[in-house]
Parts: sequence; C-alpha cells; structure tokens
Amino acid sequence: MGLKIIVLAKQVPDTRNVGKDAMKADGTVNRAALPAIFNPEDLNALEQALRIKDKYPGSTVTLLTMGPGRAADVIREGLFRGADDGVLLTDRAFAGSDTLATSYAISCAVRKIKKFDLIIAGRQAIDGDTAQVGPQVAEKLGIPQVTYGEEIYSAEKGKVSMKRRLERGVETVECPMPSVVTINSSAAPCRPRNAKLVMKYKHAQTITERQNQSEDYIDLTQDRPYLNIPEWSVADIESDHEMLGLSGSPTKVKKIENVVFQAKEARHIQANDEDIEELVKELIANHTIG
Amino acid sequence: MDNIFVICEIEDGKVADVSQELLTKGRSLANQLNCKLEALALGHKLKGIEEHIFPYGADIVHVGDDKRLEPFTTLPYTSVIVDLFKREKPQIALLGATTMGRDLGPRVSSALQSGLTADCTALEIGDHEDKKAKKNYKNLLYQIRPAFGGNIVATIINPDCRPQMATVREGVMKKEVFSKSHKGEVKDVDVKSILKPEDEVVKVIERHIEKNRINIKNSSIIISGGYGMGSKENFSVLYELAEVLGGEVGASRAAVDAGFAEHDRQVGQTGVTVRPKLYIACGISGQIQHTAGMEESSMVIAINNDPGAPINKLADYVMTGDVMEIIPKLIKAYRKNTK
Ligand SMILES: Cc1cc2nc3c(=O)[nH]c(=O)nc-3n(C[C@H](O)[C@H](O)[C@H](O)COP(=O)(O)OP(=O)(O)OC[C@H]3O[C@@H](n4cnc5c(N)ncnc54)[C@H](O)[C@@H]3O)c2cc1C
Ligand SMILES: Cc1cc2nc3c(=O)[nH]c(=O)nc-3n(C[C@H](O)[C@H](O)[C@H](O)COP(=O)(O)OP(=O)(O)OC[C@H]3O[C@@H](n4cnc5c(N)ncnc54)[C@H](O)[C@@H]3O)c2cc1C
Repeated sequence: MGLKIIVLAKQVPDTRNVGKDAMKADGTVNRAALPAIFNPEDLNALEQALRIKDKYPGSTVTLLTMGPGRAADVIREGLFRGADDGVLLTDRAFAGSDTLATSYAISCAVRKIKKFDLIIAGRQAIDGDTAQVGPQVAEKLGIPQVTYGEEIYSAEKGKVSMKRRLERGVETVECPMPSVVTINSSAAPCRPRNAKLVMKYKHAQTITERQNQSEDYIDLTQDRPYLNIPEWSVADIESDHEMLGLSGSPTKVKKIENVVFQAKEARHIQANDEDIEELVKELIANHTIG
Repeated sequence: MDNIFVICEIEDGKVADVSQELLTKGRSLANQLNCKLEALALGHKLKGIEEHIFPYGADIVHVGDDKRLEPFTTLPYTSVIVDLFKREKPQIALLGATTMGRDLGPRVSSALQSGLTADCTALEIGDHEDKKAKKNYKNLLYQIRPAFGGNIVATIINPDCRPQMATVREGVMKKEVFSKSHKGEVKDVDVKSILKPEDEVVKVIERHIEKNRINIKNSSIIISGGYGMGSKENFSVLYELAEVLGGEVGASRAAVDAGFAEHDRQVGQTGVTVRPKLYIACGISGQIQHTAGMEESSMVIAINNDPGAPINKLADYVMTGDVMEIIPKLIKAYRKNTK
C-alpha cells in the first residue's frame, strides 16, 4: 500500500563555501553574496523519501518549505528529482521565527495537508545550525520522532524501521507511523535531477511568481495543474497568530557579531636546525614541553 | 523554584564528561544568581550515581530509576522531564549537545513552549532592555553560540519563557571538582506514576556503541595535522612527535575526511574543543570551523608552507616551510636537549 510522505526542506545560504568573494573588506561575511541552496541534509531526506516511493508503489512525496517567495526554487528542485508536489508556506507574519515558531507554523501546514504517514526532515539546517525543528514539529503534532537517521529499511504494517547514526555508534529502531524522521548527511546522497522531470516541471510556479511573468504560463497551467505550486499564507492555515513569527518566538537574538580574525603578534621561526633548536630550548625552559 | 537544572547523561553507570562540565558551569551560574543547582539523572540501575554528581557542586540530585529509561528513547525521557519541570519551575536548564541532548532538548522545549538555544559556546548572566515594550529584564542567561556555519556569533536571550534552555557541546566548558566531600540531597522521581504505555512506542532493536578510545581533550599537548600532511602515512611523524612530547594527535576535518585520521581526533566546531598548553597545527589552513575548537590553547605553533595561511594570525610561533621537513627537525632538537 502506498504511503504519503512529507519532506521538510529549507532554502539556506551556502554557508559552507564562504569564499574570498563573499568576504567584505573588514573580514566579515557578506551574507547577501552567498547563493541560496537546498539545505544539504534535506536532500538526503528527500532521497530516503524517494526510495520509499520506489519500494511501495502508490506512495507520494510532498515537499513543504517555509520561507520567502524565492524558496519556491526548493520545490522545483524537488520536483525535478522525483517529488510529486510541494507547498510553499510564505507570509510576512512568519518573519523572525525561532525554531519553535517555525515548527508551529510547519505543524499547522501539516495539519492542513491532513493525511500523512511519515514526515522526513533533514537533521540540521546549515544557517541556523540548531537541529531543533524536526523534534519540535513531532512534539507539536503529538507523534513520535526518530533523529539522526541514516537509512530507512522499511515502512510497512504501520511501522518504520531504520538505522540511526549516533556519535559513537549505530542503532536500529522501530517506530510506529505517523512519525517524524530526521536524516543525517551520512545517509545516501540524493539522486540527480531527472531530465524528463525537468522538462515537465520547469514552468512550475507559485501564483506570485506567475503574476510577475508573461501570460503564456497562465494558459499552460490551465490544462497542466501540476505546474501550480500552492502558496499558503497565514490565512490558509489554522493557527494561533500569537504563536507565529516574533511573538511566538521565546528566543530573541540580542546581538550578532561577525567573526573576524584578530591578528596577534607572532614570532617567525626559520625552518633551519639552529632556529628550531632555539625554539625547543625556549619551550623546555618555560615548561611548555619536557 | 527558579533553580538551575542540569540534565545529566549517563553512560554505563557513569556520568558523561559533558554533564560534569555543565554542572561546573551551573555551579558558578547558581552562585551568581544566588539559587540552587539541581541535577537530574535518568536511567536504570543508578544506585550511587549521585557520587559522580555531588562533587561538581549539585545541591539536589533527582534520580529517576526505571528499566524503561535504559537505553535512552525520546518519549519517556520527555514525559519525566516535562513533569518535573512543571512542578519545579527551573529558571535555567542545561543539556549536553550530544545525540541525546539534541534529540531530547527540542522535544522538551516544544512541550513547555520555552526557548532552546543550541550549541552554546559561552553562558553568561546579564541584563536586557526591551526598548519597544519598555521593559527591563535582570539576570537573563546570555546564550552565546556560533551560527551560519561558524561565520557569526550570536547572543540569544529568552526574556519571558522559563526555563531558559541551552545545549552545550562536550569539551566546551571546563570541568572542575567543586569539592570532593560536597554532599546534597537525593530525591527520587516517581517514574512509574508518570510514564504511560504510549511513551514506549519506539523500540530500540539493536545498538552498537563504541567506547571512546581516543581522548585528545584531556591532553595538555596536541599535535594536529591537516590536509597539508598529504597522506595517512605522513601522519606517522605527528605520532612520533606526540610520543616524544607526551601529547596526542589531533586533526582537521579535511584530514579526517581524507582518511588521514580517525574522527575522534577531529578538532573544531563539529569535533572536539580543546584548550591544551601547546597546540601545534601542521598543514592546517585555519578555517574558522577549525579554530573555533582550539583558539583557547595557551600556546599555538603553526607550521605551514603558505606564509599567508589564516592560522598564522592566531599563532604565537609561525614556521613557514614543508611540514615533512620541519617535524623531524623538531623531534631531533627535542631529543638532543632532553635526556
Ligand atoms: C544567528 C542565529 C542564531 C539562532 N539561534 C537559534 C537558537 O539557538 N534557537 C532557536 O530556537 N532559534 C534560533 N535561530 C532561529 C532559527 O535559525 C530559525 O528559526 C530557523 O528558521 C529554523 O532553525 P534552523 O535553521 O536551525 O533549522 P534546523 O532545526 O537545523 O532544521 C532542521 C530541519 O528542519 C526542517 N526545516 C527547518 N526550517 C524549515 C523551513 N523554514 N521550512 C521547511 N523545513 C524546515 C528541515 O528539514 C531542516 O533540515 C537563530 C537564528 C539566527 C540567525
Ligand atoms: C558546518 C561546518 C563544520 C566544520 N567543522 C569543522 C571542524 O570541526 N574541524 C575542522 O577542522 N574543520 C571543520 N570544517 C571544515 C573547515 O571549514 C575546513 O574545510 C577545514 O578545517 C580545512 O582543513 P585543513 O586546514 O586541514 O585543509 P586545507 O584548508 O586544505 O589546508 C591545508 C593547509 O596545508 C598547507 N600545506 C599544504 N602542504 C603543506 C606542506 N607540505 N607543508 C606545510 N603546509 C602545507 C596549505 O598551505 C594549507 O594552509 C567545517 C566546515 C563546515 C561547513
């Protein structure tokens, strides 16, 4: 029997490759210069979902992302790789969300989707770096969670069986569905885009995107409804507004400092025998070594 | 009420290092805030566990002993902690940023609708003025953490919700015995009355946990190799130097990824944080994620063939040249000057 899987995916700035061109003159990061990408571990999560879809015919994979309008890229990317559809959750009211407010908004959107067997998320996003959203969504929905997943072995008879990769070992666990699973980067990499799917979905857009486009696409979507990426705002989900955005966020950022390398006075030692010996004598004399 | 709680992690009947580090930090915060330090130990067969907790300064140890609490699974732990916190109303709760803490912390914080700050590198007490709401807050926990892949450091506060929850990685805080003879009160947690059958739905079928064999954290001299070492074979000169100096070998992530060294040796944001007396960085460029784990070393020697390597900026001694030539010279010079 087919399963209904929701994959949580976040669009993030590529903080792993802060190259020279992304550095400002004062040695701090120019965040605007970082490309927006599909959060890496969310791609691992998507792959696990697609494998379930391959294994259990009739299964579907829905991507859910919360973010600004351009986060629709994440949904298109997922469609190109085999997801069936996706929802963009976007509203100014979500701005300033901490992980708790993010999880609350996501859980409200999941409730609107209604039927699902598994929610698969990445372990951690590479910008906020907290790994909190998965477990918090599970708690908000009142369902169990399995974190640090590396491989889903099976999802049948109401149970998901999977391997977890822990700091110093592995664990096999069994968990009833529906549940939330988070996936590590040590899991299988995501399959590449499929050329046919790229052809099929390259004009998939949200209504906001389409309004800024030429009219041809509006016509396209009339007989190809799959090109519509649903866009949900606060008005589309049932929620307590106090629990969204800034007001729903217990944690506040008081201060942000860019990390700048401070130069300190270093002594330069020549790499010849004499200077090295001098250094060693000095370190022995001041009890650093010996 | 209003005390500080440390959720301890127990491995094979022993309290994890990270929990003892948090107890040490918790003790100093409790002194500053003039409140009590309480610890929570959950698991099975915990008899005598308080002996590993009181010396770090806890005033009260809550012990929840039940076979359903071993091995760790999220739901039973969450139920017990949420129940306890609702009664005890701590102002601060600290957990290790381990696979357990990072699984449990967010679940508990969500159930209590209280904030959680991940992977803090410093915890301080301070005040806050909310200009918009015209409110002044005294004695909040400043939760300082790197984000954005280590490129920024943020100070996070949680003005209105309690407890203020934070996770901290192993090795980030210092562990210090408060007093060997310090004793406090042990309180039993009535686990039986709290746990419900639905807490037990997740089953651990199999578990393989390796013992931490390599422990570079406690070494006062660390010789670390990076991608610039070139190969696993070349790492042998580092082991030789470590042996003559009585130190341990560390590594950068690039070196670990390339298979030059085991993951347990990785220093940095996603490895261990070390603060040895002497840190020798060999063929390591000094990216922020690496330096985050070693910048508090008392003395740093950088050996790199690039005179502009970023690591040189935080080094006390810079040696520019090929690491495979310099290390043997260091070994020779040391042998010659010590007998
Ligand atoms: C400097 C800084 C520090 C911060 N520190 C904290 C903090 O300590 N505590 C805190 O509560 N908040 C913090 N935040 C806010 C937090 O980063 C945001 O709430 C963020 O939107 C979600 O957290 P994350 O990026 O850490 O995601 P994670 O919890 O690391 O994400 C885990 C997984 O959840 C899913 N997911 C997460 N966000 C989305 C989304 N928008 N749409 C779809 N799926 C998603 C993905 O599958 C992802 O892989 C901080 C923000 C900044 C800028
Ligand atoms: C989220 C995140 C977390 C991370 N966590 C960590 C972490 O915990 N720890 C960590 O280390 N990294 C971490 N990294 C990776 C980090 O960004 C760097 O990629 C890594 O530290 C680089 O390792 P390296 O200095 O060994 O390699 P490189 O940057 O490749 O540097 C090699 C250096 O060796 C020098 N060299 C080359 N040949 C020789 C020679 N013959 N003699 C002398 N010198 C030579 C070169 O000049 C160069 O400076 C993380 C990255 C991310 C995104």
